[in-house]
Amino acid sequence: MTQALLRVQKIDVFYHDFHALWDVSIEVEEALVVSIIGANGAGKSTLLNTIAGVLRPSTGTIEFHGRKINGLMPYQAVTEGISMVPEGRRMFPRLTVLENLEVGCYIRKARKRKDEVLRRIYDLFPILEERKNQFSSTLSGGEQQMLAIGRALMCEPKLILFDEISLGLAPLVIKNIYQRVKQINSEGITALLVEQDIQRSLKAAHKVYIMQSGKIRLEGIPKELAQEDIRKAYFGL
Amino acid sequence: MLSFLVELKGPIVNGLLLGGLYGIIGIGMSMIFGIVRMVNLAHGDLVILASYLSLVTMAFFHVSPLITLILVIPVMCLIGFVIQYYLLNRVLGKGMNPPLLVAFGLSIILQNLLLLIFTPDARALLTSISVQTIPVGGFLNLPVVYLVDFIGSIITIVLLSRFFNRTYMGKAIRAASDDEGAAQLMGINTKTIYAVAMGLATGTAAVAGILVGMTFTFYPHTGPEYLIIAFGVVIVGGLGSLFGTFFGGLILGLAQLLGAHFLGPGFQLLSGYVILLLVMTFKPTGLFAKG
Repeated sequence: MTQALLRVQKIDVFYHDFHALWDVSIEVEEALVVSIIGANGAGKSTLLNTIAGVLRPSTGTIEFHGRKINGLMPYQAVTEGISMVPEGRRMFPRLTVLENLEVGCYIRKARKRKDEVLRRIYDLFPILEERKNQFSSTLSGGEQQMLAIGRALMCEPKLILFDEISLGLAPLVIKNIYQRVKQINSEGITALLVEQDIQRSLKAAHKVYIMQSGKIRLEGIPKELAQEDIRKAYFGL
Repeated sequence: MLSFLVELKGPIVNGLLLGGLYGIIGIGMSMIFGIVRMVNLAHGDLVILASYLSLVTMAFFHVSPLITLILVIPVMCLIGFVIQYYLLNRVLGKGMNPPLLVAFGLSIILQNLLLLIFTPDARALLTSISVQTIPVGGFLNLPVVYLVDFIGSIITIVLLSRFFNRTYMGKAIRAASDDEGAAQLMGINTKTIYAVAMGLATGTAAVAGILVGMTFTFYPHTGPEYLIIAFGVVIVGGLGSLFGTFFGGLILGLAQLLGAHFLGPGFQLLSGYVILLLVMTFKPTGLFAKG
């Protein structure tokens, strides 16, 4: 097995008094797609937000490239090479499509390579080039999701976090977006996916973690896991 | 009909020019309201602080007020940055009241500091253009200083708009104002961004202060008068666009001088506020609000 790019060790996360993550440990190896599956409220997004620096673990450590990164602010995590596609897409509605992408390469080292990376993102999502001068609020849901992914890629991350990218989209659009995720991963970018859709996740990932009530219930290679075990872990039976 | 228009030409032209000055007074307040989502009650006092800074610079170097812009703008930008970074950022995200109170405290401190240093005497940034007029078409004498105010405002707003549309920093500020959390995920330190935005806003206050000082007399306690004007401009123009704010200023200036023309000079301020009231009644988001 390749060396772990991201190593989350025994973290606990609280929202004020609410204990959201319990002793969670995951490892994401370089160049893989790793999925975290779980029902609503299982703590998946909390885990992603903690890795991205939005939330802070009260115990445990998060290591990236062997360096401890918990305690960093979200904008510092970006500089380390972690980029997030947030839940609900979170466009900048009063900025055009191109401006949204440009904000994605705000960090200094990304600015220099802007034109090259922009070209690659337009190749990945041609619709974004067609609509580059429109306000992002005028895009359809699927197009906004593409823009959110493109925006997160602009800083040339080593690890990209996808939070519920299929939420509220038509099946055909979801299929298209997952093909792009595969393509992004084939370029060597490690991906950590959070998803409610079990089948979609199992198909896309090299490795899955199943969460329930803030704890990891099951982990393994999708093909090697029994459907029955997955179902039990998902529903906490 | 035609003679009616000719008669109105004076108040209309003067109203528009005065409105340009109002626009530059309001623009900084509008920016902070839109970007940091904070009401900067000290904005008027920052404008007057700039007038006094210009006064000191003039006395020191024996130059005209417009030349003092070179020094006063960067000093005011720095003051704004420091105020936001070290003071106001600490109380952001803690509800509406704390930033309001800090800004209010700042306003009181600034007024009394100016009073202490400069005494309550009336001051003005005296320059030869303060008294010159240009005859237009034989029926109108245009005060040169109003024209300078108007042009100064337009230049400032055009420069600001280019900054917001063309630089990474400008786009980052707009992004942060759309969605602070998402902006942080793009690698933007929003606290610094807010300080830069405040620095820009106080930079516009520097321009406004110098133009105000050349046009009218000022005292340490004049700030709140301009705060009210800035409020008016923001309400009429609405949030979201620099030029919208500027047009808000024009409408307010026009309303004041037309009101004064028809109803007498005593009604100048009142007629401005009547327009304000009408806008708040029929389009509370402002006439040029976006998004």
